[in-house]
Amino acid sequence: MTGSVHALIQGVVLGILTGGVYALMASGQTLIFGIMKVVNLAQGALVVLAAYLSYTLFTSFGLDPLLTIPLTTVIMFGLGVVIQLVFLRPLKREDSAQLSLLVTFAVALLLEGFMSVVWKTTYRSTNTDYANSSWTLLGIQFTVVRVIAFVLSLIALGLLFLLLNRTKFGRAVRATVQNPMSAELLGVESKRVAALGFGLGAATAAAAGSVYGLLYPFNSGSHYDLISELLSIVVLGGLGSVGGAVIAALIVSTSSAVVATVFSPTWSSFTFFVILILVLVLRPQGLYGTVERGAL
Amino acid sequence: MVRGGVFVAALVALPLLGFEHWVLNLMIFTLMYAAMSSAWNLVGGFAGYPSLGHAAFFGLGAYFVGIWFQHHDVVTGYEPFVILPLAGLIAAVVGFPIAWVAMRTRADVFAIVTITLLFVAQTLAFNLDSLTGGAQGLAMPTPPFELARFEWPFYYAMLWLLLTSMALTYLSMRSKVGLSLDAIRADEDKALGVGVHVQGVKVLAFSVSVALVAMAGGVWAYYETFTYPQFAFDPIITIGMVLMCFLGGRGTLWGPVIGAFILVPGQQYLAYRLGGSQFYLIAYAGVFLLIMLLMPRGILPTIADRLRRRRAIASSSGPPPSSDVPPPSSGAGTNVPVPSGGAA
Repeated sequence: MTGSVHALIQGVVLGILTGGVYALMASGQTLIFGIMKVVNLAQGALVVLAAYLSYTLFTSFGLDPLLTIPLTTVIMFGLGVVIQLVFLRPLKREDSAQLSLLVTFAVALLLEGFMSVVWKTTYRSTNTDYANSSWTLLGIQFTVVRVIAFVLSLIALGLLFLLLNRTKFGRAVRATVQNPMSAELLGVESKRVAALGFGLGAATAAAAGSVYGLLYPFNSGSHYDLISELLSIVVLGGLGSVGGAVIAALIVSTSSAVVATVFSPTWSSFTFFVILILVLVLRPQGLYGTVERGAL
Repeated sequence: MVRGGVFVAALVALPLLGFEHWVLNLMIFTLMYAAMSSAWNLVGGFAGYPSLGHAAFFGLGAYFVGIWFQHHDVVTGYEPFVILPLAGLIAAVVGFPIAWVAMRTRADVFAIVTITLLFVAQTLAFNLDSLTGGAQGLAMPTPPFELARFEWPFYYAMLWLLLTSMALTYLSMRSKVGLSLDAIRADEDKALGVGVHVQGVKVLAFSVSVALVAMAGGVWAYYETFTYPQFAFDPIITIGMVLMCFLGGRGTLWGPVIGAFILVPGQQYLAYRLGGSQFYLIAYAGVFLLIMLLMPRGILPTIADRLRRRRAIASSSGPPPSSDVPPPSSGAGTNVPVPSGGAA
């Protein structure tokens, strides 16, 4: 195996494994857009907050980050509902789309400020005893943490899929995404769905955040990098499409990893922006988005 | 008009009154934010496209001036001001294609592209060491101005930028461009239907807006004498512009100026009291959230509404309120006149 081919394959493997985590974060982001037509700029900050929560549970109580996911998910779900009720629900004006975008940005800054007061701005990482071990298969390296992250993300995405497709709440959510007015006429309480939907988006951020803390060192400012990648993924997948977000996450993550391993890490952080611009030029509605409404 | 004359005269005379350095320093930042917020208003307020990436162009201007004077000498001290229009031109040239692509779809996607642009620009400034100096930053030549009047050139440069922004806003409000922008914000599809050159007007507004912001960035870099990626491409700069515009009143001539004159001193006070640390970020975000929730239209439109209502009560058959400033058109839901012909 020549060096560059090997690097390419290693990049693809790395990209796919990381892509699972991004898929989880982005699915929450796109779900919130689908339900409320709000681009949630605080999604990255919620992920970082969840990462800090599991970091603290690990360092203070010795609880493994993977085991505390149910706990952080519940906490973040509650926080998401509160954010929707306090900051987004009161916006009723016609330009609420523009206002809510800016409100979520302000919420992101508020969370960033809060996190840098509580945890300072030094980089943290959740160092479990399995953090640095890895398997090697056919010369390709699989770090244990990334494999676990990938599997966990698949499980969380599976649960999300079941929730959306097999429960009454999920049906209400899908109805709201497809046609809010008809959904309301048929008895869906759109306000409740919006609050719970925002909570659900925050809950996916919680699960993803615990894993994120295992994979990368982070500080309160990390949400800026996260949010621009998440937004590119969501646009590529098609705003409002959960399936699209998952596929887009894999595409973006794999291309970034390939650019990083084959060319240089300097340009890998530029990859998603190039993808974003290409999508907007070639297919503005994204892979699975519709021009008019969201589809799930 | 009288209001404008008094405002300009007061600001021109201010350095002559012998204030202390910290006052002029504060005024330079106030004028800078007033100019940038006015410029943001052209896109975010009038056209209704909330750009979150204006700080990318602020940083672009700062780095352009910084890089230029790695290769050129400063003799009289005024050279950086002379090349400012070039910084503006480059920002417009960079901004034009991005706006062209980003403004083809809805405002949400525009906001996404602009905020992504900001972080990409910051990452590039960190990573392109050979050009930008990376995390070490870029040092500018020290301005050779005499100490007693050290702030004057920066002060007048920022004032000039503010007056240019305001003049452009005023002219666009009185012309077809302003009407077209109003129409775009009210209902873009209908505006297109009646023949407004929607795409051209939006992209023009964006290019002019980012050019002004880049020039402010250039002056800032020279004044600070040091440029770092995290300060030149700071999201707080974007938020400042947006916040001031919202506080004073979007889509009005004086709104962003009032917003800046309230918030910049307030911001400096907060930074002084809270040690400029993380509490300051919390306070800033908190103020933003309060404004959005309690007074989403801003000070000027709210006051204008109150006055109009009071006058309507005072003379039930009275004429509509008149003023030398065109009535603020920021209120969503007001009837916006749509030009019937094709706009230039």
